[in-house]
Amino acid sequence: MIPAAFEYHAPKSLEEALRLLSRHGNEAKILAGGHSLLPLMKLRLAAPRCVIDIGRIQALRYIREENGRIAIGALTTHTEVLESPLLRAKCPLLPQTAWEIGDVQVRNRGTVGWSLAHADPAADYPAAVLALDAELVAASVHGTRTLRAMEFFVDMLTAALLPGEILTEVRVPILPPRTGTAYRKLHQPASGYALVGAAACLTLGPGGIVERVAVGLTGVGPKAYRAVAVEKALAGKKASEKLLTGAARHAVPEHVEPLSDLQASAEYRTAMAVVFVRRALESALARAQGKPR
Amino acid sequence: MATATRYMGRPLKRKEDPRLIQGLSHYVDDLRLPDMHYVVFVRSPHAHARIRSMDTSRAQTAPGVLAVLTGQDLGNAVGVIPCAAQLPEMKLALRPPLATERVLFVGEPVALVVAVDRYAARDAAELVEVEYEPLTPIVDPEKALARGAPVLHPQYSDNVAYRWELEGGDVGAAFQKADKVVRQKMVNQRLIPVALEPRAVVANYKPGENKLTVWSTTQIPHLLRTQIAAALGVPEYIVHVIAPEVGGGFGSKLNVYAEEVLVAHLAMRLGKPVKWTESRRENFQATIHGRDQIATMELAVKRDGTLLGLRCHILADLGAYYQLLTPLIPTLTGLMICGCYKIPAVRVEITGAFTNKMATDAYRGAGRPEATYFIERAIDMVAAELKKDPAEIRRKNFPKPKEFPYATPTGLIYDSANYPKSLDMALKKSGYRRLRAQQAKLRRQGRYLGIGLSTYVEICAMGPSSAMPAGGWESATVRIEPTGKVNILTGASPHGQGQETSFAQIAADLLGLEPDDIHVVHGDTAIVPYGIGTFGSRATAVGGTAVYTALVKIRDKLATIAGHILQEDPQRLVFRDKKIFLKSNPAKSVAFAEAVGAAYIAKALPAGMEPGLEATHFFEPSNFTFPFGAHVAVVEVDPETGEVHLQRYVAVDDCGNVINPLLVDGQVHGGIVQALGQAFLEEAVYDENGQLITGELTDYAIPRAWDVPRLETARTVTPSPVNPLGVKGVGEAGTIGATPALVNAVVDALAPFGVRHLDMPTKRERIWQLIRKFKPTGSRPATKRVGDGRGRRGRRKR
Repeated sequence: MIPAAFEYHAPKSLEEALRLLSRHGNEAKILAGGHSLLPLMKLRLAAPRCVIDIGRIQALRYIREENGRIAIGALTTHTEVLESPLLRAKCPLLPQTAWEIGDVQVRNRGTVGWSLAHADPAADYPAAVLALDAELVAASVHGTRTLRAMEFFVDMLTAALLPGEILTEVRVPILPPRTGTAYRKLHQPASGYALVGAAACLTLGPGGIVERVAVGLTGVGPKAYRAVAVEKALAGKKASEKLLTGAARHAVPEHVEPLSDLQASAEYRTAMAVVFVRRALESALARAQGKPR
Repeated sequence: MATATRYMGRPLKRKEDPRLIQGLSHYVDDLRLPDMHYVVFVRSPHAHARIRSMDTSRAQTAPGVLAVLTGQDLGNAVGVIPCAAQLPEMKLALRPPLATERVLFVGEPVALVVAVDRYAARDAAELVEVEYEPLTPIVDPEKALARGAPVLHPQYSDNVAYRWELEGGDVGAAFQKADKVVRQKMVNQRLIPVALEPRAVVANYKPGENKLTVWSTTQIPHLLRTQIAAALGVPEYIVHVIAPEVGGGFGSKLNVYAEEVLVAHLAMRLGKPVKWTESRRENFQATIHGRDQIATMELAVKRDGTLLGLRCHILADLGAYYQLLTPLIPTLTGLMICGCYKIPAVRVEITGAFTNKMATDAYRGAGRPEATYFIERAIDMVAAELKKDPAEIRRKNFPKPKEFPYATPTGLIYDSANYPKSLDMALKKSGYRRLRAQQAKLRRQGRYLGIGLSTYVEICAMGPSSAMPAGGWESATVRIEPTGKVNILTGASPHGQGQETSFAQIAADLLGLEPDDIHVVHGDTAIVPYGIGTFGSRATAVGGTAVYTALVKIRDKLATIAGHILQEDPQRLVFRDKKIFLKSNPAKSVAFAEAVGAAYIAKALPAGMEPGLEATHFFEPSNFTFPFGAHVAVVEVDPETGEVHLQRYVAVDDCGNVINPLLVDGQVHGGIVQALGQAFLEEAVYDENGQLITGELTDYAIPRAWDVPRLETARTVTPSPVNPLGVKGVGEAGTIGATPALVNAVVDALAPFGVRHLDMPTKRERIWQLIRKFKPTGSRPATKRVGDGRGRRGRRKR
């Protein structure tokens, strides 16, 4: 990599990182796992004057149960998410999603928080955090604030972080019994990103009624979104193959303009969103019913 | 003298592996010389433009910059980039090392910067100002040939690089007699070779000694040396080329590139060691591409499936300029177009077209994958048209084993083969009949299994010098040291093929030694006698034969010395276990090292014998070799998404005698995976402006481990009569045999949807559209959901 010259900082603590960020403002870029920033710098499409490498802040690397939720430090790697017994037992959607990211090398370096903060329209985690109604914690020199996943993804490559803010934590719920989750994805054959990625979280009530359901979609439009119409078509109804198939047809609402590129036209993406939402729902339902999938 | 085959034929692990696996090997970019300077090229962002002006003044004064040069600055100091191919009435399209007046493809270098480090060089390169006047890009080869199309090379009246024809037998009569004619236009798309190691060059000039050393990622160190000397106008003896560890080539390093010649020139011009290492983006834009042929195939057949004639027109997109072999590659397609079938009458017409793209040239298979793809697809269409099993159509048209050597109407002599045997083995190994039954059953359930066959023949061991552009022989020197250790100097230039191991196996058997007693040296023009290099699956069949023959010479000499010591007839001696002994009485022996020592001490040699132990052989093959095989691919198409899942792959290959089965399997595996890349994933896409939009690995899809099931390989062995080892070559067989098998499988899976042909890569969206748009005449095939969408990563379940 032959990037343009830049000033490099490697703070050891969050406080130090926040001070650096507040000092350098717009001229600084945060470097975490490096998978998004470095390719841009390599091609000189990005040439930040200052790079703040937060990768050494060990305090932002954890997965723990806290106040009835699971808190994940923003610098936790995809591999750590994938292998966490706590997440596997109590919120398996995140490990299921991490498994579909890149390859071993990517998963060993990429971080959950900064994959989210980059707000890549084809990244995998956005679908999962939307389906989990996760909370995201952002810190700045002025304090911290908590955002809901639904309000986090603003536009293509734009998250709801303010200048001077660093994403520090992702909080996901401990899923209730009779809940099944699944992430189903159509891979972009070259990059491995999601052409379409559908995350489903489904809880069954008495009599096989869908008590709660949430579906997140990534890859389809310029930003990840909750498929609210799909959820509405399912909630309170008795789960069946037919019900899921019908509901999945609402995967791409009118306000979402599907992306179109070399790998997939808007038409194909739309059709695949329907297929993969249905498949995610089917797997989630089977797991909620206790069937191995 | 008898030769024991103790090592030949055994799956020895590669001698190369420990250093490669441990990161102890040295590639060009690992080289660090004192005062090294770094080169960065300024490249055209336009596919077709006139250069109005260039201003290098800001770059010249940037920090750390030693030199900034344009084509104008070079003047005549560096010659054009050579093309070895000669075809009748071929228009020349030789490339200047740096463009001066016009640029003809995206990535063409227009200037270069030399600086103290890569960063300074890259920063300064951005300060070179070039004013371009964009011209109409010529991207589509069919449009390039249209009347009134803009002309790429203004000295010519059109974009036709050459026309080439070949005819054998009475084609007109064959088509008149035919019950059916099957026609299809097919595209064999442009590919990017993607060697793991991009290109790199280091050059160093020592004025006192007048020595220029060039380290390059090349498959042809000697040819590169000759061409550097010619381009720089210096005596060849001052140029020393070294190909150290080379991280794959697939033909992309079988070339003489502008960057190689320019870096060599810079070392002399500036008196500093200079290094250039290609970025992956440069590798995509400015290293040769492969394939890119559009064929219209016509097969004339009788109702019973007998092939009567073949007509083929090929439009080859050559890119803007010729590289070393550019015009020649499509003609190999023409020569091999009949495949392994008896087709009495053939007519091939090839038109080469200039377009505003990087040159195409030899990429793994080089013309044969295209030929095999075209004929194997066409054969499947004949089977579909006649409603016959594709295996039976193939079998019906094979020349019989007793017909070999078999002369094709394209003028080749296939050396030896048993096509029915390999087909039978592949059918049996794959359980072909059961697969067909399973396919029928699954179709009723709305699942779409596809079974694809390919029976291929290819042309290897390139080749007899009479048929090659610049010599087709290979050299070897065997030099035994006074201590009894053996050096083999080969003119072949392995870059992943494993000849350090296989040549040691040959030598160990001939001399009765262990492979560890043998050291194979290659890739250094100051050490190794002039050689041709590694390409065209030639290193073992031609280079290995040179090694073998040189070994025989030296063994004869050693036998004479040993016979002299033992007072026995040399013809009755055996080399084994580091001894030379009498076959009838092994106790009567002399140690190998003692016989060697005698040659050097030279006090008791037979009268008139030269001292020393060195033998060289330049082997000139009398013919090519023609490996063959039969492949079976089994795929399942997901009708909801159009995804293709490769479920099984059975490959039966025949590359003649096998020196090391592990190496052969490795070549077959790699070749099949690369074929999978072409069949399912890869495509170099230039947009209408001539921009390479698959310009990085994020957009150009190459196969990954999870795309590949366990490969089931097997072999038949039909020795080649062309060389004493009976070997044929296997470096390209996989890409040649597998591509059509894979596509045939996909088309077979889609047959219920009326699909007759599908161009590569068989993209998911295209398949999805074909299924969706299918209007059945009878009942619509079911498209039941196949699975839960675990899709391509189904095998990675934890």
